[in-house]
Formats: sequence, structure tokens, C-alpha cells
Amino acid sequence: MNPTALLLATFILSIVGLFAFIWSMRKGLFDATSSGARSIFSKDEIGQTEEPSATAQQRRSLQGVTNANERDSVSQEGVSPTEIAAREAADRSSALPAYVLFACAAVWLVVASAAGLLASVKLHAPDLLTDTAWLTFGRLRTIHLNGVAYGWAPMGLLGLAIWLLPRLLHTPLQGGRLVILGAALWNGGLIAGLGGLAVGISAGMEWLEIPWQIGSLFAIGGMLIGLPLVFMLPRRKVHHLYVSVWYMGAALFWFPILYIVAKIPGVHFGVEQATMNWWYGHSVLGLFYTPMSIAIIYYLLPKIIGRPVRSYNLSLLGFWTLAFFYGQVGAHHLIGGPIPEWLITLSIVQSVMMIIPVLAFSINQHLTLKGYFSALKHSPVLRFIFFGACMYTVASVQGSLEALRSLNAVTHFTHFTVAHAHLGMYGFVSMVIFGGIYFAMPRVVNMPWPKPALISWHFWLVVAGFSIYIITLSIGGILQGLVLLDPARPFMDSVAVTLPWLKGRSIGGAMMTLGHLIFAYHLALMIIRSSSVPSSVPAPAPAPQQITA
Amino acid sequence: MENERKLIVGAMVTLSLATAAMIVVPFMQLKDVPAPEALAPYTSEQLRGREVYIANACIACHTQQPSTTGAGIADASRGWGRASVAADYHYDNPPLLGTMRTGPDLFNIGARQPSADWHLGHLFQPRAYVPGSVMPAYRYMFEVKDPGSVAKGERVVSLPPGAVEEGKVVVAKPEALDLVAYLQGLDRTYTVLSAEEAEWAASRLAPSRLAKEPAEAVTDTNESGNTDETKTNP
Repeated sequence: MNPTALLLATFILSIVGLFAFIWSMRKGLFDATSSGARSIFSKDEIGQTEEPSATAQQRRSLQGVTNANERDSVSQEGVSPTEIAAREAADRSSALPAYVLFACAAVWLVVASAAGLLASVKLHAPDLLTDTAWLTFGRLRTIHLNGVAYGWAPMGLLGLAIWLLPRLLHTPLQGGRLVILGAALWNGGLIAGLGGLAVGISAGMEWLEIPWQIGSLFAIGGMLIGLPLVFMLPRRKVHHLYVSVWYMGAALFWFPILYIVAKIPGVHFGVEQATMNWWYGHSVLGLFYTPMSIAIIYYLLPKIIGRPVRSYNLSLLGFWTLAFFYGQVGAHHLIGGPIPEWLITLSIVQSVMMIIPVLAFSINQHLTLKGYFSALKHSPVLRFIFFGACMYTVASVQGSLEALRSLNAVTHFTHFTVAHAHLGMYGFVSMVIFGGIYFAMPRVVNMPWPKPALISWHFWLVVAGFSIYIITLSIGGILQGLVLLDPARPFMDSVAVTLPWLKGRSIGGAMMTLGHLIFAYHLALMIIRSSSVPSSVPAPAPAPQQITA
Repeated sequence: MENERKLIVGAMVTLSLATAAMIVVPFMQLKDVPAPEALAPYTSEQLRGREVYIANACIACHTQQPSTTGAGIADASRGWGRASVAADYHYDNPPLLGTMRTGPDLFNIGARQPSADWHLGHLFQPRAYVPGSVMPAYRYMFEVKDPGSVAKGERVVSLPPGAVEEGKVVVAKPEALDLVAYLQGLDRTYTVLSAEEAEWAASRLAPSRLAKEPAEAVTDTNESGNTDETKTNP
């Protein structure tokens, strides 16, 4: 039997198996209504908006949008005080671990932005700061990547997961101290790892540069931060597991496994290390950052507008197809490379199949927001996560197309790939984390954001900067790729053609960095002000109601 | 979905499938591939140089994989060499394939630019050799000294005029010498096909591409392997 037929047969068999599996979990897959979608709302809560980052004026307007839509279903009695108290207890139980993780995330965001911005400038000013080893382009770029990949993004996402799980499982956080211990180990590892990269200690594989002796702290820390989920699942007071729990639960299990398999010393060899490298590199995006961010959107979006997810079963389909396809796309980073051809083909096929979970998510999001788009004017958090959700669609569809050999021929090896990576890790993941922190932090420290205007500054600065970044770098990358494809043109043309666009990228990057400084300043201001109020004393019972209504 | 066991088991099954496809099968397929006869293991100096290459993340801008698709079709004509195969990386731990071509591919840089002086000078100030280059100057791998203070055994770099201030000389530190030894050793211009394989490959080529004998074509790219960076070699 020839390999192509074998591969095709395996593929078809797995797809059939996958769909049978989904079917076994849920009959009537495409029903538009489901009680599961309502499980994040308390009794009579549908129609109540929740937007802790909004000003009183914004909250009234937001509620107005929902009232106009849900005239019939809005309850006049409001939410029962016991359920409000239960949610308040859930929020209090997760406050300290979430607080620690958010604060770490903000610090790493600033560090990674500074490294990234300087690296960007050095690409068009190559004689800047060349007397110091750790300030050279290669090391700064590596510090930037690892600062985002192991600092900002996981700290922010894990913090939001720890904050959301008690709410989703209707039970106080179990093992909060383990979370703090895990965060301490993780951050210790990251400080050592980034310091090592600065002095030139590197394992030499992208996304896995931090050597295993240090990196094992990420695996241990990640497991410790995931343990509360294991403790809480048996004690949960909801029968149904909401869609966000599947995404978060799976991702919390996936990450340590991915990292451990990638880092086992003495197993991987030669070119097999390259296939492992991209199995990890793409799986950590697809099976960790992406599902965590999707989980946050699936909770916050319905909460903010007070309306359950429209097609709950579509989200189930999206979850299992993502779990199945996303782990196998990594070899598209090695198209044309010295690895088995069947593996590249497999990854291209699965990259295109990723369109299924992406469309499932996008359609669902659109249906849920239909009629509520004016809520974007009134809710700062919704703006961030809506932008993030849109960028998820754009980045994923672009990724599927980029994996096709004909388009990959142009974009492979160029700055276009860097732009694409930022579309995913920034436009999608980072924007969702910003939105999530703006939502959660007022609950964590029991006070509103001190200067709501700064949230708008942050949003518009990073959106403008990000747009400049993506547009200029994508154009530069395509031009670079076209020159590289043309044997008649000298290589140096491919460098020269990118220069104006690289400068544009630095401008965009500087605006994004400025936005991050505003965000970090605002968060620091909130932390300082909240520490002058005794936060351990539970607020009076109606507190959440005040923030809600 | 109510059952957390189904969730965890399902999540583990999908991850195992991906791991099997992406790691286990390639592992089994590649584990017995021998090194090409013409490929020498690295010397200890080259291995130290390889560590310098890794420490400075040269892979951020340079690939080591002349490609079979896309830009790879232009690779041979730029003198970057034939498409690489798994066996070429037999001694590489990890392989430094890279993902970006902000700079040229270095799979065969040792063949196209064998001069240690060129490499040392280029590392000290790339723009003295390649106008318009955006490669960082690796000044911290060198010492700028008075000619009188150069100790015996130190390597003085010969530089084009203007690359360093008047009356000073540039001395390479050990890390620069190791790195250059590694770069000089990057030469995979040997053929990886047996005679029968080469004949078979030629029989599959379109007539228009049959102008040269395959073996000749390989040597040809090596000799004409001047990229633009080497043309400005003083």
C-alpha cells in the first residue's frame, strides 16, 4: 500500500472517529438552544449586564442596549441574594492568587515590550549598542519571545483561569497556596531563563531556548497552578461543565505534557528535533494560549451583554476539532525542509482543517453579539475581547492559507511570518488578556479602576500601533519574499526592500509599548490605592450588585 | 458535556495522536539514517563556535536549509547549494534550521566564503564588506587596541580602511575565532545521492532542466557560489 493512500485512510478514519466521539457527547448537535449555555448565569440573571471596568454612565447605556433586546426575558426581580453571595465568595477565594499572577504578567509585559521594541529598532539601526553582548539583536529578540511566551501570556491567562474557575464551578478556589507557589517557581525559572539568554545560555530551538534544567520549573509551576482544577472538579456545585471549563481544563493538562515531552533530555536527535520543535512551537499556541483565550471570551462575552452563547453545540464542535487538528499543524513551519514529506503534507492538511473550529467559534460569536453591537460603545472590556476574537479569526484563516505550498513559497523565511505571529499572540491572545484583566481586577481588589480614561487611551494606542505593525510588516514580508523567489535579483535587494517597512514596524511597536506602559501604570495605581483600603475585610453584601447594576 | 473524565481522556487522546504523528513516527523513520560519508564530525573548536552561534541566536536571521520549495528554487542559483536532507544534520544537536532569511542561508557558507579574515572582519563591521547589510556589528567579540599592546599569539584582524579609527588594531577574542571556525566548516557541498539515485533523479527532470549533468550541476553551484556579500570582499 502506498503511503499516500495509507495517510488518506488514516486521516478519514480519524475524522470519522472524531465526529462519532462528538456525537456520543451530544445528540442534536446543531440545536440553537441549550441549557448548558445558561449555566454561567444565575437564576433570573439573563438580561443583566456585568461590566466591572465601566463607569456608571457606561453601565447604564450598556444595560440599555440589553434591555432593548431582551425586553421579554429581563426579570424585574433581579438576581437572588444567595447566588450573588456565592459568586462573591468565589471571587474572594481566588483574589490573592489572581492578583499575584496579574501583577507578574504586567511586569513581564513591560520587560518583553522593551526588548521587542529595541530589537525592532536595531533591525534598521544595526550599529546601535553593539558593544554589549546582551543588547545585540539575536539575544534581545529571544528575550522578547520568551518574555511573552513564558511571562506575559501564561501569567495573564493562568491568572484569569484561576479567577474564572471558582465562578464556573460554583465552588471556592481550592489550593490557592499551590497556585502562589507555582507562580513563584515559574517566575523564578523565567528570571533565571531570561538572565541565561542574556549571557548566552540557550538551548538553540525557537520557543524552547530556555534550557531544560531551568525550564523544568515551568512544567512544575504549570502543574501546581493547574492542580486547583483537579481539586475543584469533584466539589463543584454545577452539574454541567460550561464550555470555558473544557477549554481551560484541557489546556491546563496539555501545557505540562507538551513542555515535558519537548524537553526530555537525551531523547531527541538530529532533524527529529526540528519536527519536535515545531510540534511544540505550534501546539503551545494551539493547545495552550488559544484555548485559554477562547475560554475567556466564551465567559466574558455573554456575561457583559447578559445573553447566553447562541449555538452552544457549535462551541462543542469547535472544541473537539481544535483539540484534534491543532496538535498536528506544526510541520508547516518546515515546508521544503529536510523532514519526511508525508509529515509536511499531514500538517498542511490539518492546518486547512483548522478552518472548522475557527468558523465554529466566529459564527457563534457573531450570532451571540447580533443585535448587541452597540454594546461595544459602552463596554471597554467588550472592545478588547471583541477585537481579540476578530483577530483570532483573521490570524487563523491567514495561517491556514499560509500553510498552502503556493503561498508559503512567498511568505516562508520572511517578516510576514513575524507579522502573522503577532496577529495571533498580540491581536488575539494579548487583547483578550487585557480585556480579562480589566474585567477581573475590580473584583479582585474590590474597587473600580481609578482612571477609566486610561483604559480608552490604552485601547486606542495599541489598536493603532498594532494596525501599523501588522500592515507595514506584512507588506515588507511579501516584498521580501518576492525578491527571494526571483533568482535574477541579488540577495541584498531583499534586505533593502524591507527597510522602510521595518521602520514602520518600529513606530507601531513604540505605540503598543506606550499603551502597555499606560496599562501597567494604571494597574500599579490601582494596587497602591487598594492596599490603603483593608481588602481582606469582605465588602458589604450588596457590593457585587453595585458593580453589576 | 457533564463528564470531566471524557474531557480529560479525549484531550489526552488527541494530544497522543499529534505526538505520534509529529514525534514518534519521525523518530522511528529517522533514527537509523547514517551520516553521509563525506560529512565530518565537528572539531571541538567548531563545537565551541556552534555554541557562540546559538548563544547569539544567529538562527533569528539565518537559515541552514536550502529549500525544495518556494525560495529554495532560487537557492541553488544564489550559490546556497542543493536542498538539504535529514542525514546532513547527523551531528547537529540541535539542528539550526532557522525560520528567517533576514540574512542569507548559511548551510554552505564555508564553501562560498572560506576566508577567516573575511569572516572576522565581517563580524566586526558587516557594513565594511556588504553595503546595506543590517547584520549587527559583533564588536564585543573583539578588542580595539594600540598596535604595541598586541600580545604574541593574538589574532589581529585585517580590516578594510575606515572600519576602525586610525592607529588602532582589532584583535579577535576566542569566541570570534571559534565562531569563524564553525562558519568555515559549514560545507555540505558533497553529493548525497548514489550513482543510481542521481541517474533516476535525472530521468525524472523536465527536459528543460536537463541541460547539465546532475553531478556537474552540484559542483557548478559551488564554484559560482558568490553571493553579493562575497563580491564586495576587498
